[in-house]
Amino acid sequence: MKTALLSRLQAARAAGRPVALLTRLSDGAQQLFPEDALPAPLAQAAEAALAADRAGNLEHEDASWFVQPHNPPLRLIVVGAVHVAQALVPMARSLGFAVVVVDPRRAFATEERFGGGVTLLDDWPDEAMERLAPDSRTAVVTLTHDPKLDDPALEVALRSSAFYIGALGSRRTHAKRLDRLAEAGLTPAQCARIAAPIGLSINAVTAPEIALSVMAEIVAKRRGAALAERA
Amino acid sequence: MSDQEDILATAAGWLAEGETVALATVVETWGSSPRPAGSQLAVTASGRLAGSVSGGCIEGAVADVARATMDTGAPQLLDFGISDERAWEVGLACGGKLKVFVEKLEGEKLV
Repeated sequence: MKTALLSRLQAARAAGRPVALLTRLSDGAQQLFPEDALPAPLAQAAEAALAADRAGNLEHEDASWFVQPHNPPLRLIVVGAVHVAQALVPMARSLGFAVVVVDPRRAFATEERFGGGVTLLDDWPDEAMERLAPDSRTAVVTLTHDPKLDDPALEVALRSSAFYIGALGSRRTHAKRLDRLAEAGLTPAQCARIAAPIGLSINAVTAPEIALSVMAEIVAKRRGAALAERA
Repeated sequence: MSDQEDILATAAGWLAEGETVALATVVETWGSSPRPAGSQLAVTASGRLAGSVSGGCIEGAVADVARATMDTGAPQLLDFGISDERAWEVGLACGGKLKVFVEKLEGEKLV
């Protein structure tokens, strides 16, 4: 790979722009989509690889090409800079997520508690969520146990295309939550997207165990595993 | 999800440190290959390694080829598979088949 191309690829990744690297396997010639002008079949393959987030192969003019998508990282938005969040953040980062922690309570969302490499926001969750605009590559978890903080975040998340929405709390807590969300105008179908009680059922007790169950469920959802289906 | 163990960033960092770096990428798999297409292994002339292209079965062989690629600058496409005698030598016992593309970073000659 030539230096100039590596620099362009790294610049796109640093800026969070989705790009695809196309390599002709016979001689190593490379192109970057969408920055370089490409023949239609190569451009289509690059688009498809980005959409599916999966590398692909194609034959074009008697040559084999490899197409590698570079999408921006998945995002995890954590509402509630609580103890479980402290365990969740490093785990999520190691799984490739860009992590944002939202908590308006100043004593919680501190760098001392979370270290670097994570975005800490002390806005109110609804404002933060509107600004963060969850998309289909975003997971949202609410951990505060406080309806004043969790509910507004869930309302925004449920109207977004977030691929995973989880809320910490017991079945009874969740039943009350569903009542409140219904009053706020959300339909049962919308609310059914909430994974609650949050996480895979592994009888987690400690904060790291709960974090593990949550991240496992997020990965299961992302990868389409049956474990992520809730009755 | 793109494979977020960011091997490319590691490789670029090594390059910036003045290392000679080659990058190996899984470009196609068949059967029970442990790492999907797009998985990468970065290798330096000084012997540093990051990432993987298999469960550890063929990394040694790939690293050898990577060193040759650093010398010549010529990219290589490697086939590993159960039908390949060489695969057995390097122990790809899982029964999978894969192709690995090996390229030098900063391929143009800086004389």
